[in-house]
Formats: sequence, C-alpha cells, structure tokens
Amino acid sequence: MNAKTPSKLEKVLAAGHLAVTSECGPPRGSNPKVITNKAEMIREYVDAINITDNQTSVTRLCSLAACIQLKLLGVEAVLQMVTRDRNRIALQSDILGAASFDIYNILCLTGDHQSFGDCPKGQNVHDLDSIQLIQTIRHMRDNGQFIGGDDIERPPQMFVGAAANPFADPFKIRALRLAKKVKAGVEFIQTQCIYNLDRFEKWMEMARDLGLTEKVYILAGITPFKSAGMAKYMKNRVPGMDVPDEVVSRMAGVPKEKQPDEGIQICLESIDRLKKVPGVAGFHIMAIEWEDKVPEIVERAGLYPRPEVS
Amino acid sequence: MIVGKQKPIDEIWESINGYKKVLVFGCNTCVAVCHEGGNKEAEILASLLRMRSKQEDTEMDIRDSGIERQCEHEFFESAKKEIEWADVVLSLACGVGVQFMVKIYPTLLVYPGLDTCFLGDVEKPGIFTESCQACGKCVLGVTAGICPISRCAKRLLNGPCGGSNKGKCEIDKELDCAWHLIVERLETLGKLDDYVEIVPLKDWSTERAGGPRKLIHEDV
Repeated sequence: MNAKTPSKLEKVLAAGHLAVTSECGPPRGSNPKVITNKAEMIREYVDAINITDNQTSVTRLCSLAACIQLKLLGVEAVLQMVTRDRNRIALQSDILGAASFDIYNILCLTGDHQSFGDCPKGQNVHDLDSIQLIQTIRHMRDNGQFIGGDDIERPPQMFVGAAANPFADPFKIRALRLAKKVKAGVEFIQTQCIYNLDRFEKWMEMARDLGLTEKVYILAGITPFKSAGMAKYMKNRVPGMDVPDEVVSRMAGVPKEKQPDEGIQICLESIDRLKKVPGVAGFHIMAIEWEDKVPEIVERAGLYPRPEVS
Repeated sequence: MIVGKQKPIDEIWESINGYKKVLVFGCNTCVAVCHEGGNKEAEILASLLRMRSKQEDTEMDIRDSGIERQCEHEFFESAKKEIEWADVVLSLACGVGVQFMVKIYPTLLVYPGLDTCFLGDVEKPGIFTESCQACGKCVLGVTAGICPISRCAKRLLNGPCGGSNKGKCEIDKELDCAWHLIVERLETLGKLDDYVEIVPLKDWSTERAGGPRKLIHEDV
C-alpha cells in the first residue's frame, strides 16, 4: 500500500515498519502543559500520539485543541473524533479546522454513551455513526467535497482510522464489521486492548480470510495493567473488554509492589506473540495514566528506535 | 401505541391546588392500555385527589370524566358540559391529547397528568417497550425488522458499537442490544451477508430535526 497523505504514521506503515502509536487523554481543565508534558515524555518512542475525545463521556479539554498543541511541538497527532457530540455540520467543520493546522490523522469513533460520564442527563447526537464518519472524511479528502456536494477549497489530507473491538459480541460479525469499515474507506485500525490473545488471533484469521489485512493496517491495542485491581476493574466494569481469568489471577498472584512489573511483563509477552501474527502492522500502546512507562515498553519490546521516514 | 406514565402525585397536586372546580379527564385509548390515563385511572386519581383535598382542608370540587380519544374532535361533544364546568382540567391523555384540548378550548386551563414516554408495544401484560421514534423514514426494511433508531441507545445505522456485550447494551445489562438482535435475525433469515452493506447517512429532516410535521390528505 502506498502512502496517499502526508501522514507520518501512514508513511511508516507503507514502508513496512511496525508502527507504534500511543495516546494521551486531555486534562479536565485548560492547562496545556498536561498534554505537552505527556507528549514530550513519549515523542521519541512513538510515530504518532492519539488524543482522546471526551473519553468515557467525561468532559475534558477538546481533542482538536490538544492536537494543535502537539502539532506546535512538532509531534504527529491522531485526532480522535466521536459522533456522540457533534452533528454533520460540526464534524465537517472540525475536520477542516484540524486540516488547517495540517493534522494528518483522524480516528473515527462512535463514543461511549453519555450515561457513563459527567453529563448523564445530556443529549447525544449520533447524526452519523462511525462508519458514516469514515465515508464522510474519505469523501471530503478524495472528492474534495462536503457531504452537501459543494467543493472544498484545500480539502483535508487525512489518513483515516477507526477502532475495532475483536472481543465484542456478536463475535460472528466482528470480522464482517471490519469489512464494513474497510468498505467505508478506513485505512488503519487501532484495536481494543488485547488480553485474550487466542480470540484476537482467531479474529485476525477471519480478517485475513476476508482479505482485509491486505487493505487496512491493523495496530494491536496494548494496555499494561498497573495492578490486580485494575485487571479486575477492566474485566468487570469496562464495556467491551475481554480479560481472561488467568490474566487476572496472574496479576493477583504476585505481591502488590511487584504487580506493576508483572503488568509490564504480560504486555511485553503479548507484543512478542502479536508480532508473529500475520497482518499485525503495529501497536497502539494505551498506558492509561501511566504514560511514563511507554518508553520502557517500546524499548524492551524491540520497537526502538523509531524509523525515520520522509 | 403511545405509552405514558402518571406524574408523581405531589406534582399533580401542585398544578391543581387552589382551583375550585377540577376535572380529571381520561383518554380511553393508548394510555388506557398502559393503565395510566384511561377513564378508570381518571376515576381513581380523582378520588386520591379528593382525599388529599380533605387532608389539606381545601375547598375543591374534584370530578372525573373521560372520552375515547382526546386527539380527535368527534369525541369531545359528549363531555362538553363537564369541561365547561371546570376551572381547570387535569388531562390524563398523552401530550397530543393535552394540546388538542388546548386548541379546542383556547381559554381553558389544562394541565398534563401524564408524562408521555414513548411509542411502544405491550411486550407482556404490564411491560411496555419502546419500538419506534416516528423518524419519518422507516429503516426496518434494511435492519431485519428491528429498529435501531428507537432500540439502540446511540441510534446507530451501522452497529453494533464496541459496547455490545453478550447480547446486551453497554448502558444497561437488562437491555437487549438492538444490533445483536438484528444480526441474529439476519442470520436466521439467511441474510447475514447483507450486514456488510453500509446504510447511508440518514435524512433526519423527516424527523424532529426538520421541525414540526404535518400529513395532509387532499382527498379527505
């Protein structure tokens, strides 16, 4: 696959390197240092940094502004955009706003339901869904047109991504759902955190059988556990998460002070195994409120230094 | 049908308290089926309000009446006398009925006794389930007869989202994931391949987004 946009992430992938991305959640306030400090900590170890968009429906500094902060630092950003909070006017408008700052990557998401966040009595929009958002951006980029058909002066040049959850139900359509996103025009995928490797491998096999890994770059989602408590929480409380019992008991089986090391160890073993899965094009490392561990994970996983592309 | 739920008695009491002649007025169609706003419920509510009036030592005359439907002219004639008697009417119709009555009686005070909830079916006796949002452009033909607009918490046209878990929605473990049901039914119908077809952007102008709607039959 040849790169079609100026995106560094796309170039890394097109050159056949295993890509590494990570993510930062913006603060619940307006201090830009929260973003820039996290970015400085990991910038040399990743190809691009995702900025989440009011994740879990908790109101935070906006993803677009945080991406601009990264851009000003010279760090490649992935603008996450959920369809929960904006109608098609606002979505297109924000895409152009991002394009005006030459933000070259976007991740199209539905977003968690607002009942999980700090405004459970609020309205949700969902004028479009994530698949239709993928179509919209591709239309804006490739045809240089708005949804309404008018021409766009200087269309956005964005590498278009989406999430995939290999673990959600019903499992039988998980690969078909990926096929649907590919049909809509998605170019890269960042998956849900992978703890059930057997099931992920099965999903990848289904994706390969449908020829999807030839058409889309799949970045495997990795989140290290900080503690056994976090493993239990992810297993029981986070929607769409599949944490096998043996992973929880492995975390719980070591003393509390050793649990962070065990979490990193599990994550390194996962990366090692996932590198061998045909079709895995890279890793998306989501170290939740533990960004300072990203450099160590990337180095120990043999993914450092990051390739130079131009 | 339209499903409604009686407002809390304190809220109802606040709206009618202080008026001398109160008519509790039932609507004996949809909201009677859900046991909230029919003529029988009007009778029960009126007697509860009379007890309250006695407890609070107010001088109120609270009566009940009702008609078949508060959303059509033809039924109002039979209750003309009671309505004209009242200082205030507590309507147990849905929001449609309350407003229709206001249209017929521009100077009459009418308060809603129900919260209108949704368009739904009688899943089991006593259980009513939302199944349509009157979006004005039915998609059931491409979603295996299961409506994602009314039954998916994110009204996704190309679902399910990543929060679908064991057939249930991320917002409530008791709530069926509409897209899970759609996929299961597509499979039963031997049409699972249809799932890959992308449902295009929806025209929401036929829904609330397009402003208040009207349907006109020229030949009636």
